[in-house]
Amino acid sequence: MKSAIVVFPGTNRERDMAEALELASGRPPAMVWHRDTGLPEADLIVVPGGFSYGDYLRAGAMAAHSPVLRSVAAAARRGVAVLGVCNGFQILVEAGLLPGALLRNASLKFVCRDIGVRVANGRTAFAGGCDAGRVLRMPVAHHDGNYFADAETLDRLEGEDRIAFRYAPLAGEGPDRFNPNGSVRDIAGIYNEGGNVLGMMPHPENAVRPDQGSTDGLGLFAGLAAALG
Amino acid sequence: MKAKVHVTLKPGVLDPQGKAIAHALEALGFDGVADVRQGKYIEIDLKDGSGDGGAGAAEARVSEMCEKLLANTVIENYRVEIDS
Repeated sequence: MKSAIVVFPGTNRERDMAEALELASGRPPAMVWHRDTGLPEADLIVVPGGFSYGDYLRAGAMAAHSPVLRSVAAAARRGVAVLGVCNGFQILVEAGLLPGALLRNASLKFVCRDIGVRVANGRTAFAGGCDAGRVLRMPVAHHDGNYFADAETLDRLEGEDRIAFRYAPLAGEGPDRFNPNGSVRDIAGIYNEGGNVLGMMPHPENAVRPDQGSTDGLGLFAGLAAALG
Repeated sequence: MKAKVHVTLKPGVLDPQGKAIAHALEALGFDGVADVRQGKYIEIDLKDGSGDGGAGAAEARVSEMCEKLLANTVIENYRVEIDS
């Protein structure tokens, strides 16, 4: 799997993502600076987490209109796999590649802790071979992760099996705590219509080594690398 | 020419910041606050000559700015005023 990571001023998870992708695929990803207009040939393009452009105006709004994002959108239209994590998810919804919006957390607090992520659709390359229903452990770290879309959009997402992940209790976690941000219908990640673009708030790239408390994220990347070749 | 843009959350979109402000007002002893919605206010100085076609054309241009960048129309409404 050849991969590329798009980097904006204020992106801060690109090295974690690079480590995870190299661990999973054996190849270091190409790092693409936001001013580069062309993308290298890649099987997977990742828009990583951070605070692109300082979250000015709205999280992801500035990056969504940068030249490199037009190249990402064109690649997505050709069917290339695109993954947006955290700020990357915010950028993809602001760019219109995914429906809905990410609002301020319902608690108003920045949330940074391990959470449970239930695989809702296990039939995509991104699910890494995990069956639907399996709960993975990985961290979230965000202030604006409260997924919102109107009821019609949500019903369509569910009807088309485009919910990728939902927040779910970890062992011993109470029913009032597992959703870290107030996301509607506990949505943690969604697919585009073609199923080749995934946006998610949790950080699988920070669950790839035993010392991080979980290697569930590595499983997702390894499955993706195997599927994309 | 100056454009004044108000961006507000659509009705029905949860506004936790507005709720927190309402609670803070209540805590300060301001009773009678039923609800608070927080939004953004943006001022744009338009270059001389960019308003050819008058205030109507300027309003259309700023509305396009709102659609493309200033507002996220999934969750926000916007209102444009032009001061000539």
